[in-house]
Amino acid sequence: MAINDSNDSEDNQVEASSSRRGFFKATAMSAAAIISGVSASARNAAWAKDSNDLKTNGLEKNKLTLGIIPLTDCAPIVIAKEKGFFEKHGLEVAISKEASWANIRDKVSSGLLDGAHMLAGMPLSTTLGVGSAQKDTVTAFSMDLNGNGITVSNALYERMLAADPESMKTRPITAVALKKVIDADKAAGKEPMAFAMVYPVSSHNYEIRYWMASAGIDPDHDVRLIVIPPSKMVTNLNAKHIDGYCVGEPWNQQAVALGIGKSIITSYEIWNNSPEKVFGVTREWAEQNPSTHKAVIKALIEASQWMDNPSNRQEIVRIIAAQKYIGVPESVIEQSMTGTWTYSKQEAAVSMPDFNVFHRYAANYPWHSHAVWTLTQMVRWGQIDQAIDFKKVAASVYLADVYREAAAELDIAAPTTNFKSEGIHANAWTLKEATKPIDMGPDQFFDGIQFNPHEPVQYLSNFPIHNRQIALADLAKKTT
Amino acid sequence: MRVMIVDNDLKRSKTLKQSLIENGFDVIAHLEDDVHLQTKCCELEPDIVIIDTESPSRDVLDNVCMITQHNTKPVVMFSQDGDKEVVKAATKAGVSAYVVGTISSERLTPVIEAAIARFEETKQLRHELKQANEKLDERKVVERAKGILMRQRNLDEDEAYSMLRSMAMKRNMKLADLSTQLIDAAKMLTI
Repeated sequence: MAINDSNDSEDNQVEASSSRRGFFKATAMSAAAIISGVSASARNAAWAKDSNDLKTNGLEKNKLTLGIIPLTDCAPIVIAKEKGFFEKHGLEVAISKEASWANIRDKVSSGLLDGAHMLAGMPLSTTLGVGSAQKDTVTAFSMDLNGNGITVSNALYERMLAADPESMKTRPITAVALKKVIDADKAAGKEPMAFAMVYPVSSHNYEIRYWMASAGIDPDHDVRLIVIPPSKMVTNLNAKHIDGYCVGEPWNQQAVALGIGKSIITSYEIWNNSPEKVFGVTREWAEQNPSTHKAVIKALIEASQWMDNPSNRQEIVRIIAAQKYIGVPESVIEQSMTGTWTYSKQEAAVSMPDFNVFHRYAANYPWHSHAVWTLTQMVRWGQIDQAIDFKKVAASVYLADVYREAAAELDIAAPTTNFKSEGIHANAWTLKEATKPIDMGPDQFFDGIQFNPHEPVQYLSNFPIHNRQIALADLAKKTT
Repeated sequence: MRVMIVDNDLKRSKTLKQSLIENGFDVIAHLEDDVHLQTKCCELEPDIVIIDTESPSRDVLDNVCMITQHNTKPVVMFSQDGDKEVVKAATKAGVSAYVVGTISSERLTPVIEAAIARFEETKQLRHELKQANEKLDERKVVERAKGILMRQRNLDEDEAYSMLRSMAMKRNMKLADLSTQLIDAAKMLTI
């Protein structure tokens, strides 16, 4: 309910939908007239309709507004617009920069945005009504792999180094040293430390929890885990309001460059080639605009393919750094985007070519198995409090068929299976269950645990630290 | 009614605060959306939160709601621009109410009261849906157990059902629980 003239908005809505219905009725009638071949005027109408189709490329909708959050991984949408991929597929796209993930979800749910840059967990949580109003939301396109990191303050880094110098020597760095610092604080009766991430259903939340819990830290009790908007992480770390955070770029490398903090581990190291953002739309929108949806996916696939060519990365930096998109100096996003990483100001930058993966390794494919993994995290940390059928939810939200159709029309290889196990490959491998073999990257978790998407309940039993609200036996009953 | 206002521009929302107080609301906090928001939200336990639509800290409130899943708060949003589309969007998306720009004092109370009523309604619906789902699950389990009995004991549907029921009564168990045990046992036997 709303004030200011909103009393009539309900009526407007009713009016709009009834006139839309009227339009459908009219088209249906003229179609019938064409089939029976009656009048000349009906034939003329048919011609008019065809030429209209030409102009719109047979799309239900040409003008779209897509939402982004100003982060480096909004790039596929921005590049598809700026490099003409949307236009090539008959789309005129306006990009709307949003202030919060909550706004992204609300505006997509209500139809104010046609689609948006979303956290991978968001179409799943919105479909399940977890932490928000329920709205069936889907994705047919994964925007990128990897891209996050965990950074801690210099002071905490020094304490970790002193607590366990041995474990701090080898990368990927575990949270063993952090656990010792926390234990010492507990013994001294100190308040728990504060860590930040960006959103409850974000990969950042699941990554920092996974990393901490693997060393025996309970993220719900041993630390205070709070949400801070990404752009405010660095200032809050500097002001000692928080001791560390998990966030996407450029907010790790900025803290390192300013000498405020040290990067401990990247999300690539926590789980090689893990899913990050997706392009989300409502189910209703996808069903009403199937051709438009496919055209968007085709444009995004081509943009992503263009982006993974290393010689184009510098141009991406120039485009997305602009005020109307991310609005930061180019130098801040350049490093990670061009595949280098600096852990601390005192260390030389290292090569990390897969820090941002936009297309290779079947990165754009909406794997049902990735959705199942995200759902297991929602269960592990108590966000989902009712038993669900993992694979069924994954299949209803991740539209692999739509992606395959779009890829086939572009003659780009796509997986023919919906599932892949994770934690199996330490090195590059080839996916043969695909329309053409696809070169894949490693998929290991830093703790060596494997994930079989067909056994999500058994997978959950691997983790002694959790905040589950459902018994595994109850989950097993629902799981197919 | 304990109200919390979150806005980076404290001056901007001062009139809103004034109207709330005039209408008898207890404004317990008027905060900037900084790092302490999550802690304060959990500590102060407001009955309702009013926040700017363009505040990045809406994500912080989402997290507070997620943490306190069984104790969520209605959120009212306000905006200076008063874009009608945004208003429609926010309210359709489940935000309880939406205050636009400067609002006349006498309209404030009904809006906030309606927001809370709407919030409670949604919460109730969610609860009912959950219960309905659980009932449906129970029915499915009983159906499966019945099927097993029909096959293995060569019974018809009614006989299988009354057998299940008398077994449950004898053991003082819920029909659904007994059915689950029976299905599990059947699974073990077939392996």
